[in-house]
Amino acid sequence: MSKQNAIQLSGVSKTFDGFKALSDADFTAKWGEVHALLGENGAGKSSLMNIVAGLYGPEGGSLFIDDNPVKLKGPKEAAKMGIGMVHQHFKLVMPFTVAENILLNLGHIQTAGLYRERLRRVSDDIRAMAKRIGFEIDPDTRVDQLSIAEQQRVEILKVLLAGAKVLILDEPTAVLTEEEAERLLTTVQGFAREGAAVILVTHKMNDVLRYADQVTIMRAGRTVKSLKPDSVSVDELIRLTVGESAPDQSATPGEREPGAPYLQVKGLTSTGPLRALNNLNLTLNQGEIYGLAGVGGNGQSELANALMGIPEPVEGQMEIVGEGDLADFDAARRRAIGIASIPADRYGAALAGPLSIADNYALGDIHSGRYGPFWYLKTRAIEADAAEAVRQFDVQGVRSLKQKAALLSGGNAQKLVIAREFKHPPRLVLAHSPSRGLDVKATEAVRDRLRAARDDGAAVLLISEDLDEVMAMADRIGVMSAGRIVAEFSQPADRQAIGQAMVNHV
Amino acid sequence: MDLITSWMGNIPEFAVPFALAALGLIITEKSGVLALGAEGLMLVGAVIGVGAALTFDNTAVALAIAMIAASIVSLLFALMVLVMRINQVISGLVLVFFCQGLTTLTGTLMGWTNQPVSGLGSIALWPLSELPYVGRFFIQNIVVYLVPLVFVFSVWALNRTTHGLRLRAVGENPQAADAAGISVLGYRLAAIVIGAALIGLAGAFIAVLSNKLWISNMTAGRGWIAVALVIFARWSPWKALAGALLFGCIEALIPQLAASGIKLPQYFVFMAPYAITLGVMVWVAVSKRDISSQPGALGAPFIREERT
Ligand SMILES: Nc1ncnc2c1ncn2[C@@H]1O[C@H](COP(=O)(O)OP(=O)(O)OP(=O)(O)O)[C@@H](O)[C@H]1O
Ligand SMILES: [Mg+2]
Repeated sequence: MSKQNAIQLSGVSKTFDGFKALSDADFTAKWGEVHALLGENGAGKSSLMNIVAGLYGPEGGSLFIDDNPVKLKGPKEAAKMGIGMVHQHFKLVMPFTVAENILLNLGHIQTAGLYRERLRRVSDDIRAMAKRIGFEIDPDTRVDQLSIAEQQRVEILKVLLAGAKVLILDEPTAVLTEEEAERLLTTVQGFAREGAAVILVTHKMNDVLRYADQVTIMRAGRTVKSLKPDSVSVDELIRLTVGESAPDQSATPGEREPGAPYLQVKGLTSTGPLRALNNLNLTLNQGEIYGLAGVGGNGQSELANALMGIPEPVEGQMEIVGEGDLADFDAARRRAIGIASIPADRYGAALAGPLSIADNYALGDIHSGRYGPFWYLKTRAIEADAAEAVRQFDVQGVRSLKQKAALLSGGNAQKLVIAREFKHPPRLVLAHSPSRGLDVKATEAVRDRLRAARDDGAAVLLISEDLDEVMAMADRIGVMSAGRIVAEFSQPADRQAIGQAMVNHV
Repeated sequence: MDLITSWMGNIPEFAVPFALAALGLIITEKSGVLALGAEGLMLVGAVIGVGAALTFDNTAVALAIAMIAASIVSLLFALMVLVMRINQVISGLVLVFFCQGLTTLTGTLMGWTNQPVSGLGSIALWPLSELPYVGRFFIQNIVVYLVPLVFVFSVWALNRTTHGLRLRAVGENPQAADAAGISVLGYRLAAIVIGAALIGLAGAFIAVLSNKLWISNMTAGRGWIAVALVIFARWSPWKALAGALLFGCIEALIPQLAASGIKLPQYFVFMAPYAITLGVMVWVAVSKRDISSQPGALGAPFIREERT
């Protein structure tokens, strides 16, 4: 196939109640290439791609598909033109099975047959495609039973099975492990070689250099540059994206010797039928970052839930030395002790989306009486504190403190969560994939906070499927597999050995 | 003895309107639209059913017209919640009040009030109709026998067809359904209109087939009981059918008791359905059964470009 343009956007703008998310953006992706789209959190990458997918209507400017001007009326038309998008925030119907979700997405493809038969055919297709790209997925599982990483796979399968020729992947590897990400990106690169167009929105510079044929960089709603990645270095890409040079990513183990044990988990076992946790033992010391690595779906979410007080059927001990068992504490007690939680699902578990930014920030302290007695709320105090936090933690895209928290882009939502959790110096930090989906700058900001907490003597548990992150952050590394910790390493650790431990025990 | 026999005979008459209205509500609510207007739509079905029966002297035609009329009135509700995105609770209440006024006015202006209609004859389901005690349960008009079929068809359509899958998706996660190219508003409109037709039929059943006449506000809160019934049944049609039978049993018992000479305060009789509803709701709340069966997006308006 000749290198014609698959997608071309020119002079596209988009405003959300007065806020210019896109202004005069241009973008061109060719058939047969993997095209990376880079940019800070809130730069407008998802908005731009949502326009291509027919979800957002552009204001001004024009869209060409295969060099023909088009005006998309909706996602269905976009799908008919061969455009498929894996959204950053999954578009899955939770109580439905994998197969039902995928069948739902095949509306534009006319297939005959009875419903049961079609569902069975779809299940077969899912298994075949999953095998081809090296995923493992059971088509009959309900989506709400899957981990975030597994849900991501469903999204990817959904687009592939809908027969998309233009594949838009909005941060698809954010929740995948290295091997999974590698396999996925190699697969989509293969699709590009066969003639498809792949657009890859990402924050991972290394992926850009390895897989992309072309890269476009966005800043503040504009596309500022499009170039070939082989002509630049990682540092230069970072500078173009966030306007700064690469932050230091090397490991910085604690200055001090780790202190006394603070959290002791003993024999933690799931009581549910799945046995996601199986006799897990873990000791976390004061003044250290304990990194928990492992392939996603090995019990990390369950452990995080149990520790963070999100309902999870487990038995066993989770003792805070000198305080008692974590399972007995309510949210107020947790705050009083100084436990900071950063759950993986920031929109679902960490923020109340429809509430304002200020309210979300104040929630953590509402018990303390700082914002007034139970019958009266000092809104002015709340807003003053929130404004200060937004400034200090560099939360961007805040038009007003009264704006819904759900409107924040991923990275900025996370900064808000961290601002709230770190409002008082924590003694125990529980963080699950805290930098998922964050740009380089925001990631570094989050990591700085975790390190600072550690240096102040807090015990920090970092659960992450991203081995690079664990390597860069942790003083001690545990590898989780099949619901328990199968190996522990202290820094400087051997990356190879950790990788081995992650896969060997499955 | 007689008491049980005639009680059995009356149960379907009371259970069917609950069952049809609850099914209509379930279909609408599965699409994510909170439908509180059942009481109003039942009244529309009732008055138009009687009016059509008086005009055309054909019960089947009258029932069909009643269903269509309720569907047409439901378009007003659809306009409010889908296009203007007015709060669905308020829209439902407005619909009820509007219909109460409209039907009273229509009945009076057209002179349909208290005019008897012929209804439908009973068909005995031999040999079931010969059984002791429960036999009378199986001597009913044709519509009663059709109800289980309507349920079977609806359950099949909801759970075993692509359209049903899409309708449920729209009610669970409209954003996801939209991204999959499904017309959220289209499916919600269809669900409102189809649900209204069933609710209208429930009202017409009460007026044309049970009481065989129209009196202002004759549904007397049954639409509200159906709303409670749907919650009680956790949006499952079969549980709703069972619940309708249960409520029908209780409602049918009250006139029986009165007739058999047991002295009940009149207000207790009027209050009973509501008291039962309340009891059921409390029981559901206390027993904390699986709340997740409620459609995920129930009551939430859909706007494509809005982040939630
Ligand atoms: N539907 C919407 N309603 C209101 N504001 C929105 C909406 N979608 C995006 N925005 C705003 O537009 C800006 C760009 O958002 P967008 O999601 O496109 O950023 P992004 O580059 O994808 O960021 P991230 O890397 O965090 O995903 C943000 O400030 C965001 O708050
Ligand atoms: Mg984005």
